[in-house]
Amino acid sequence: MTGQAPFGTFHMTRTAGLWLLIGLAGYALLPWYMVAGGFWSLRWIMAPLGDGASGLTHSLQGKVWLALPLTGFAIAAVAVLGRASQLTTARLLVLAGTVGLALLVAQGLLVLRDGPRLALLGTASQTGMGAGAAVTATGLLFLLTTGISSLGRGRGDAFVTGLVGLVVALVAVFVFYPMAFVLVRAFELRDGAGFGISQFLPRFFDPNVWGMACFRGTGYCGPAINSVALGVMTGAGTTALGLAFALIFTRTQFRAKRLLRVLTILPIITPPFVIGLALILLFGRSGTFTTFFADAFGWEKTRWLYGFWGVWLAQMLSFTPIAFLVLIGVVEGVSPSMEEASQTLDADRWQTFRFVSLPLMRPGLANAFLLGFIESLADFGNPLVLGGNFNVLSTEIYFAIVGTIADPAKAAILSLVLLSLTLSAFVIQRRWLGKKNYATVTGKADSGRNAALNPALRAVCYGVALPWAAFTMIVYALIVFGSFVKLWGVNHTFTLEHYKRAFAITIRNGVHFTGAAWDSYVTTLTIAAIAAPLTAAVGLATAYLLVRQTFTGKAVFEFSTMLSFAIPGTVIGVAYVMAFNFPPIELTATATILIIAFVFRNMPVGVRGGIAALSQLDKSLDEASIMLGANSFTTLRRVILPLMGPAILAALTYSFVRAITSVSAVIFLVSARHNMATSFIVGRVENGEFGIAIAYATVLIVTMLAAILALQALIGRRTLRRADRVEAP
Amino acid sequence: MTKGSVRFEAVTKRFGSVVALKPLTLDIAPGTLVTLLGPSGCGKTTTLRLIAGLETASEGRILIGGQDVTHQSATYRRVSMVFQSYALFPHMSVAENVGYGLSVKRLPKAQVRERAEEGLALVGLAGFGKRLPSELSGGQQQRVAVARAIVLEPEVLLLDEPLSNLDAKLRRHVREEIRQIQQRLGLTAVYVTHDQEEAMAVSDRIIVMKNAEIAQEGSPHDLYDRPASAFIADFIGDANLIDVEVSQSGADTEIALLGRRLRVALPPVPNGAAKMVLRPHQVRLTRDAQGFALPAEVTYAAYLGNQIQYTLDSEAGRIFAICAPVAAPFRPGDGVHVTFDPADVRLVPA
Repeated sequence: MTGQAPFGTFHMTRTAGLWLLIGLAGYALLPWYMVAGGFWSLRWIMAPLGDGASGLTHSLQGKVWLALPLTGFAIAAVAVLGRASQLTTARLLVLAGTVGLALLVAQGLLVLRDGPRLALLGTASQTGMGAGAAVTATGLLFLLTTGISSLGRGRGDAFVTGLVGLVVALVAVFVFYPMAFVLVRAFELRDGAGFGISQFLPRFFDPNVWGMACFRGTGYCGPAINSVALGVMTGAGTTALGLAFALIFTRTQFRAKRLLRVLTILPIITPPFVIGLALILLFGRSGTFTTFFADAFGWEKTRWLYGFWGVWLAQMLSFTPIAFLVLIGVVEGVSPSMEEASQTLDADRWQTFRFVSLPLMRPGLANAFLLGFIESLADFGNPLVLGGNFNVLSTEIYFAIVGTIADPAKAAILSLVLLSLTLSAFVIQRRWLGKKNYATVTGKADSGRNAALNPALRAVCYGVALPWAAFTMIVYALIVFGSFVKLWGVNHTFTLEHYKRAFAITIRNGVHFTGAAWDSYVTTLTIAAIAAPLTAAVGLATAYLLVRQTFTGKAVFEFSTMLSFAIPGTVIGVAYVMAFNFPPIELTATATILIIAFVFRNMPVGVRGGIAALSQLDKSLDEASIMLGANSFTTLRRVILPLMGPAILAALTYSFVRAITSVSAVIFLVSARHNMATSFIVGRVENGEFGIAIAYATVLIVTMLAAILALQALIGRRTLRRADRVEAP
Repeated sequence: MTKGSVRFEAVTKRFGSVVALKPLTLDIAPGTLVTLLGPSGCGKTTTLRLIAGLETASEGRILIGGQDVTHQSATYRRVSMVFQSYALFPHMSVAENVGYGLSVKRLPKAQVRERAEEGLALVGLAGFGKRLPSELSGGQQQRVAVARAIVLEPEVLLLDEPLSNLDAKLRRHVREEIRQIQQRLGLTAVYVTHDQEEAMAVSDRIIVMKNAEIAQEGSPHDLYDRPASAFIADFIGDANLIDVEVSQSGADTEIALLGRRLRVALPPVPNGAAKMVLRPHQVRLTRDAQGFALPAEVTYAAYLGNQIQYTLDSEAGRIFAICAPVAAPFRPGDGVHVTFDPADVRLVPA
């Protein structure tokens, strides 16, 4: 190994030395455990031997097991200070990181609050890890990755290896670790008899879960069957409607296309159960339409809305725009030259559509269907509000946790059922459709025009889509209207009372935010604002690694980061409650757990956006920067990020907005101190206080619209200007 | 003095199970311009990217300037590259682009500006520094890319099909400029192209690659005049390849073509079946047979102003001929006789 990269050894020891110092500082200076009042209150500084004791202090005070991570640092010190060859130094660093992290994790998992799992350590106990432990772990992790990058594998880029290590560690701790808890809980035996496999299969395939009695007309179906039936119906419905919208949008002279675009933004900024709420006010027993038809035609007032059809209607309203958005791309992806070729071969418009365009769109349609299916299965808000006796998996899981008879094992099993369904759909989508991509969009400019629709087909599209669009508009208009009337359906006099109750400000000896909603409103915005940049960062970093870097195990890395796509929010919520309720990582009832939940729930959106944006950036731009002597980090900072403005904006907006509208995971994680808007609204709905609920929802929608526009003004103008020349000229 | 030399020692590259480069050994002398030439997928770009450090060798050693750089990342190699797409950073001005490599090295700003301006002057773009790349023509962008690569004073300059995005006329002009700059600065340059004319025009040496290995290397003249295989004969300049039988007798080589014997003065080729290389412009066409002649029929004639191209059918197969324009050219269907000077003929293994 003589004559080997002189820069390499120097850079490695310098980087490793830095992380060694940071890790040691975390170990010796910062409080090892979580501190009262939160880290940022900095009150722990005043109690260096008590609350603010560092790992070092604790281990001297008798918690000897906390000295274990020092082993890693000791090996690292030998590696950094010793004058060994590059390969030996690198191997020592890998050893240091591995040993240190393993010992850190082991002591965390073995020593709990109520004592150690093994008799070895006597009566040792400890609370949840805090800032010191986090910094120590980070130092060890980067010692490990610095070592790996210098082993001579790949291009030896410490920054890239570090980034891979960081994302893998985060996903492992905040996705896989909690999911492992769900898995373990599912094997718990009844009556606290420990764990075993004997009851798992019978409970997993329990007829109470998979029953099909409703098809035979002899009773209720199990929630799994209900969920699947609903998912198939919603997937098919949204795909058909979405296609009609997409065809109108791309293949006709329809005048109000911008209005259709607005339609696609609406569901993104709508809290999920708001549509359900509006439907109740329209079609419920005392809903506007129900009353109207009862008065006019003497139709019986029924509760048809509360059940399968109501949930389906709400999901159609919620998810059609998503299918629309996906299918615009699909329909536009059919190259005009294909259609022109078909027409020059004497096919008429219908034949062209039927035999050329439609088959080309088929993978895209299947994709939209699977997306609708997954969204429907994961949906929690609509079934909660409209489900009635119609049980689906997501709500059953919720009731198994918060219901009168809490049954975590049942929740875990149902979570696995739900997860296996969404995961199957997800795997089908990736494995099967991934290879059947006919997208004909290439870098080449494809002039030519798409064929217009055949008149009959156009009539069908208009006939289906336009009434639906009108219906959606009415629903939204009524949400706003409803927030300004005394009692919907009963007393339609104008009032600001709901807004007053939610958002009143009293000025007496200063400004007091006396409205009932202020607390949750401020919490929601704060947490969403903290989560958004973190989500965007993790998502875009992952996208960068996936698109631009090659490393060992990339396929596994890709699959595991994409996995959070398939994990329904309810399942994440359950998993977090099960995993983060006790040491080593104790986060329940904090704001941190909400932020983390949002980051890993919404990360795939950032990943997807980042991948799309990066694929449009010519790879030779990165390579040019590298060839000019920049390292990966400089390249990222000076070349890639400045060119990714729109993608960053989209990721920020999306994660901010989704953090505000999300309910499924949040509802398990909120606490009295950190209540979120969505769970507050659900609470009002459950109490029948519809007025204040929709007033709050309206305020949220307006807030999010304002945020989207503000973000666009802030980042958009500077960078979007360059969007037209992102390709290397 | 090894500065600027490039050396491959049995370097291979695999992408999964695909072999992109079979064990390759090559030496590039300092200060020369060497072209990697070959059809697409032959491994020439992979070789270039291995020198650049953008790919890592699966096996073997790579030395630049006598130093082992096999495991050194592109960032730290003293090698610059001009990309096919130019890869100018669209959000930076021309001067920022040229100065990027210097500013990444944390040189003082004034020095960066000064040297960027020098680099631009070198490629004849002094005063264009404030513009954005998108405001320049294709040829100007190309020169900015060259300036950006050479201000770093690399040991080796790599050029990846640098002219392929330019139109035909500009291409000849720019390739002359690149050659002049390379010679003036005494740079080692490795140039990838699939255009044999371009390769002939700029290179000190050409390495022709085929199927992930070297097919033949040598000076442009060597390759044209002494092709080692039918592939090279056909790839470097057009060639008619005619089946012949070789029989050695004394110092001269004797070949049998359609049962008739010819004496040619040639480097030896093993006895038996071989191919005779006959360049299109070496073909002479006459109406009447004179001495040795192949009867043929004109199937296609194209008038190009400075020349006339004929496609002929003969007993020896299809023959392509280029002739000077004459007042009364042959027309399709005409019977002609093909003759040539045996001294022009080259032989390659069948």
